[in-house]
Amino acid sequence: TLYKKTFIEHFEQAPMYVAVLTFLGFGVGTIFGYLRDFMRAWGLEKRHIAAEREQQKDFVPLYQDFENFYTRNLYMRIRDNWNRPICSVPGPQFDLMERVTDDYNWTFRFTGRIIKNVINMGSYNYLGFAETDVNALKTVTIELQKYGTGICSTRQEMGTLDKHVELEKLVAKFLGVEDAMVFGMGFATNSMNIPALVGKGCLILSDELNHTSLVLGARLSGATIRIFKHNNMQSLEKLLRDAIIYGQPRSRRAWRKIIILVEGIYSMEGSIVRLPEIVSLKKKYKAYLYLDEAHSIGAVGATGRGVVEYFSMNPDDVDVLMGTFTKSFGAAGGYIAGKKDLVDFLRTHSHSAVYATSMCPPVAEQIIRAMKCLMGQDGTTQGKVRQLGKNTRYFRRRLHEMGFIIYGNDDSPVVPLLLYMPGKIGAFARRMLEKNIGVVVVGFPATPITESRARFCVSAAHTREMLDTVTDQLSHECKPFPNTTKKSALHVCSKIPAALKGAVVTSKV
Amino acid sequence: MAAAGMGQQWVLVEMVQAFYEAPAYHLILEGILILWIIRLLFSKTYKLQERSDLTPKEKEELIEEWQPEPLVPPVPKDHPALNYNIVSGPPTHIITVNGKECINFASFNFLGLLDNEKVKTAAQASLKKYGVGTCGPRGFYGTFDVHLELEERLAKFMRTEEAILYSYGFATIASAIPAYSKRGDIVFVDEAACFAIQKGLQASRSNIKLFKHNDMADLERLLKEQETEDQKNPRKARVTRRFIVVEGLYMNTGDICPLPELIKLKYKYKVRIFLEESLSFGVLGEHGRGITEHFGINIDDIDLISANMENSLASIGGFCCGRSFIIDHQRLSGQGYCFSASLPPLLAAAAIEALNIMEDNPDIFQTLRAKCERIHKALQGISGLKVVGESFSPALHLQLEESCGSRENDVKLLKRVVDYCMNSGIALTQACYLEKEEKCLPPPSIRVVITVEQTEQELDKAASLIKEAAQSVLN
Repeated sequence: TLYKKTFIEHFEQAPMYVAVLTFLGFGVGTIFGYLRDFMRAWGLEKRHIAAEREQQKDFVPLYQDFENFYTRNLYMRIRDNWNRPICSVPGPQFDLMERVTDDYNWTFRFTGRIIKNVINMGSYNYLGFAETDVNALKTVTIELQKYGTGICSTRQEMGTLDKHVELEKLVAKFLGVEDAMVFGMGFATNSMNIPALVGKGCLILSDELNHTSLVLGARLSGATIRIFKHNNMQSLEKLLRDAIIYGQPRSRRAWRKIIILVEGIYSMEGSIVRLPEIVSLKKKYKAYLYLDEAHSIGAVGATGRGVVEYFSMNPDDVDVLMGTFTKSFGAAGGYIAGKKDLVDFLRTHSHSAVYATSMCPPVAEQIIRAMKCLMGQDGTTQGKVRQLGKNTRYFRRRLHEMGFIIYGNDDSPVVPLLLYMPGKIGAFARRMLEKNIGVVVVGFPATPITESRARFCVSAAHTREMLDTVTDQLSHECKPFPNTTKKSALHVCSKIPAALKGAVVTSKV
Repeated sequence: MAAAGMGQQWVLVEMVQAFYEAPAYHLILEGILILWIIRLLFSKTYKLQERSDLTPKEKEELIEEWQPEPLVPPVPKDHPALNYNIVSGPPTHIITVNGKECINFASFNFLGLLDNEKVKTAAQASLKKYGVGTCGPRGFYGTFDVHLELEERLAKFMRTEEAILYSYGFATIASAIPAYSKRGDIVFVDEAACFAIQKGLQASRSNIKLFKHNDMADLERLLKEQETEDQKNPRKARVTRRFIVVEGLYMNTGDICPLPELIKLKYKYKVRIFLEESLSFGVLGEHGRGITEHFGINIDDIDLISANMENSLASIGGFCCGRSFIIDHQRLSGQGYCFSASLPPLLAAAAIEALNIMEDNPDIFQTLRAKCERIHKALQGISGLKVVGESFSPALHLQLEESCGSRENDVKLLKRVVDYCMNSGIALTQACYLEKEEKCLPPPSIRVVITVEQTEQELDKAASLIKEAAQSVLN
């Protein structure tokens, strides 16, 4: 009864032999890593890495050898798939600068050629606001000419411009809350405001897969941190009960306050937070909820208001609404919104308001025009959000039909496609680039060691043809195994036969 | 087989015989021990944590009764930091604060590049080509050719091997320190270090040793103490990294660090130096390269230089520069670099153009220094206020000569001085701090910022106005 529509998430388990082969792959890589380190130590192989200065050779070494083992020997082999430089707007298609390496990824050089019109499945451009259309950017151009690019001061000193006040009012109106405050960097919004809200004697209950900025903010606050299993309400409830009943460890004093840190959409899994259950738990146990909507603001919900609208809930139920403008709004920065008391407190006590520069005016104008477009205030309709929803559902449906293992919620525009084996990470990304498709691949340590994946970010700006090109190419990459009835293969990507499909998590209440 | 069977049988017979022949007390003792083992095997495990006497009903009561603190304590309406000064229009040389036009002595726009037409043109061109945001971190298609170009230019300007770009000034040093210094390492840091450095140190979980501001004797004492500690445990000392973190031009006190002595200490005690040059980049030195140029020190002697581009370069973001051996490590372990979206290209293009202007007009640094000296001299001798900062520092502090008892009253008094000046057309601000969070809270002060755009008349006007304000408010 808590969920007003079906909530379907998939986290299928791979067959056992896949896990075995994955570990074997890492094992082979490690053995060769030791061999190469040995050869480098004995001078049999050239050392490519930069070395310490001669004058400082007797200082304590800055890096321990074993710390960088993974970087030197495994990451270095497939390093060309990350940090790929582009030279155009990160829209649905972009232009990549061609890079080649003459020494197996130790150094790169640019050939000068530009690979044009690569389909962009990696940038967080959910609503397609990363554009260079002159009409769309008209107001941004005007503000840039008027204000320039710098602020040179902090919010509390001389850095609050009328543009910030306008933006904060608009954000509060967009989200349906009393007040909002904006910051210059999304990462810093978390790491500088969580310490202002909680301190020693408070308890933070944080999801297993929270982003680094949330983890850093929680650590800097000095509060006690306890982790609950990803999106698992039983685990969260148990932690809440134990915390209230048994109090602080050793002294048994009651906790000053308990705050739950969750994200709207988890960027590595594509899962959506179970907000109705968390809100009912929070009300029952009198805890506070901090919702980080970095990926979900603008991307889910009927009019792009995020997970709160997606579950048809009241924004007052969430104590602290946080989000970033980098993803759906094509700008930079972050915000925290909520009750007026909360925002007033942050205006006076946030680390960012006192020590960090405020947001720059052209970026603020980009957010204002994007938000006005979403709110329908400039004459256009909510076409973008609907288009994103259509694209997401289409893309996910096609990948499911083809038999790929996809994680996450059916409505989330973040689509992780599991690759598992370390050898496939590099091969997949390079093959797709040859066919003019830019994808993002992630492996250990951003994901668990057996679950390397390719992560697609669907955008409202993608046309049907572009999505078809990508899915056709994916089906090309996989050839059927002999002697199976279903089209299942492990040639480059992981596809499992229907008979072996594991748990599908469904909550139909 | 039969022999083994016979052997086994024989052993069994022996055992039974021994059983009958054993003394009674032995058998009883063995029996008790066996019973004890059986009891222990079947008894419940003993958990120290749980209060085994809480019934479910009591647990529910505890849950009902618990009341948390409110999420945030209420903020009084007249809190001094609640009502910001609102600037209408760009914060340039002539600034409109709260509706009043003033001359800007509060924004760190040292080289006047905030309003520069060439910078704006470069930013406009970049906006046309790239749009506004980068929609991704550096690792996932967020690396643009402008970022690479800016990094190269910064490295060339500072004459180091490599530079790395961050998208926010605060996050630069706060991500750089924890990338190298981990739990168990030792960092010697100046007391007057800015808040960003303090947060970086807190995130690194290293041992922090504060030395008195600019006091090399105190630092040497701490280093000697550490040396004696090392001799007690040489194995641990061989893997404990040591760092000194100092600022080129301190934000909180307006003076510079004695870099030549620090270099001597570096080689004597084998500590690495991290230099934070947010205020001195684009200010000190013949060409604006910072404090290393000011003192004529080889830049390779400093392990890491970190600066933000939000002061002299009038952009947003920050950078670290140094040798590739050191900087390359941050590309995988700098949290603010890997897990955050990259700098919007228009800001990077603006920074490149600002660097061009700095390289083409090296005489602005001398002009800026001359203006700083002028106002530093003019502000001497104000009754009630003392000038804190070097004569060539463009960011000075004016502190009360005598405190009137509590910090709150001092702040209120200084606010009256600031308001007086604002009403008469000079925009000043108080230096803001988070009183409960700072390690060594500096005394309340008024910040005076000097830029190249201020004319000599304006400087004189500001000085005389501050004198007047101090006269009327403090006497």
